[in-house]
Amino acid sequence: MKKFLSGNEAFAEGIRLARPAIISAYPITPQTIVVERLSEMVECGSLRSEFIHVESEHSALSCAMGASAAGVRAFTATSSQGLLYMAECLYYASGGRFPIVMMNANRSTALPWNIYGDQRDSISQLDSGWIQAYAENAQESLDLALMSYYIAEKTSTPFMVNLDGFVLTHTYEEVDIPDEEQADKFLPPYETDNKLDLDDPKNMAFSAGPDYNYIFKFKEHQALLNAKKIIKKAEKDFAEIFGRKYSGLIENYKTEDAEFILITIGSIAGLCRKTVDKLRAEGRKVGVVRLRYLRPFPTAELVGSVKNAKAVGVPEKDISFGNEGTVFTNVNSALFQGKIAIPSYNFIGGLGGKNISHEDIENIFDLIENGAERVNFIGIEVE
Amino acid sequence: MTEIIWLGRGGQGAFTAAKLLGAAYADKGSENYALAFPSFGPERRGAPVTAFTKLSSKPVLDRSETEKADHIIILDDTLYSDQLKKLLKNNGKIIVNSRKIADDKIISFDCDSIASELRLPTVNTILLGIFSAVSGAVSVEDIERSIDGYMPEKIREKNKQAVRRSAEEVLK
Repeated sequence: MKKFLSGNEAFAEGIRLARPAIISAYPITPQTIVVERLSEMVECGSLRSEFIHVESEHSALSCAMGASAAGVRAFTATSSQGLLYMAECLYYASGGRFPIVMMNANRSTALPWNIYGDQRDSISQLDSGWIQAYAENAQESLDLALMSYYIAEKTSTPFMVNLDGFVLTHTYEEVDIPDEEQADKFLPPYETDNKLDLDDPKNMAFSAGPDYNYIFKFKEHQALLNAKKIIKKAEKDFAEIFGRKYSGLIENYKTEDAEFILITIGSIAGLCRKTVDKLRAEGRKVGVVRLRYLRPFPTAELVGSVKNAKAVGVPEKDISFGNEGTVFTNVNSALFQGKIAIPSYNFIGGLGGKNISHEDIENIFDLIENGAERVNFIGIEVE
Repeated sequence: MTEIIWLGRGGQGAFTAAKLLGAAYADKGSENYALAFPSFGPERRGAPVTAFTKLSSKPVLDRSETEKADHIIILDDTLYSDQLKKLLKNNGKIIVNSRKIADDKIISFDCDSIASELRLPTVNTILLGIFSAVSGAVSVEDIERSIDGYMPEKIREKNKQAVRRSAEEVLK
């Protein structure tokens, strides 16, 4: 069934189809609508789930962990300061290997206080042991809501799906909502041994000293790397059941013969592709890679896409103060591993919700072709 | 691509109209794509609100705010200023709910009279009817379907009546 929905509403529809037994959340702009819609679904009975309106984000994730430890599917959602407030629990959830799904509405972090979209919130948590995906549009948001449980549960790793605040969470477009039968076929009920069980008691969420701790951490790392295979399998099964295809950890656009390539994440990718079409019509060999996942990081895939390029640019909505954009750092590590010695440039933009226009993207293509500073701020001239 | 900017005040339904139009257009066929979004930020009753609808035969990739519009639709004429003409494409037109503003770039229409006649508290769907008649981008039936799909049941009939009535008024 097709409906005209916002990114938040589309995500809520995906969660309805995933049937979590527990939803625990605390509202925060621009995530609020996903929580509102889910509470309405629980109220009207279209989703049979326990909705727990907790007193904070720290409690929201703690509660989801408790539910996951009891062996059921759990969901939470947050944004910005809320994500930072629950940061302590992110590591508990990943270390405890609880396959919780969380939607994060990407929003700026204070101060200056700001409710608009950038990606500094989730990117600050790349090391927390969660899988991190970034949706581009409302349909992909819904589809990731379903796929995230499939992938999380098969890797015993929590999954954070990121939607750009407002630009994606509050923008309406037509979305195809699968029916429940199809969704159940793709995502059967959750079963796990990693749960509290009176008949089979086990020690959970324990401490581990220096003798064993590093082994658990190694296993967490292995699980995230293994997620690459599971993501492929999830998308293959998804395409068979729903007919929509996804391209794995990255999405290439006209990169095959491209000399100059932008590498980016989230909803800005559409504007980058549109700009590529315009510049291609003028005879310029340009392309775009959208990183659909930042964890696990698509090193090999990215190397394959840019190996013949002359230069790359990374526009991103975050900055690691005193260094550079974090996506850029990760991209450069991949280039180095792939022995690709080409110039790479970073473009920090969209902070605090600042609009990135097609002129900005065109300008970025000009700069990577003609040379620029290593780290550039869109809209700021530095002497 | 057809781009529409909506101007209203919080509570007048500018964003609802932007959304209904997007849904009406996207629902017409598999080659129809639409995006609708409000100017982002805190919502306040009475404060100026901007909303956007983009209609296209291809998926809409540019999610940024419209800089040049085919139509600027104004629900409250206290929000009108001559500066708005700079936001119009060459053949663009302003559609405004007003009894006094008029020139060759402006289609003004007394929506308040129809609203009071129909006992409607808002003029948003009346302006949808006018847009339908003026632009032809969506039919009255398309908008009626959209109202059925996205408005609460008890206000559907009145709003559909408003769309029909205002479209007829334009075509008279």
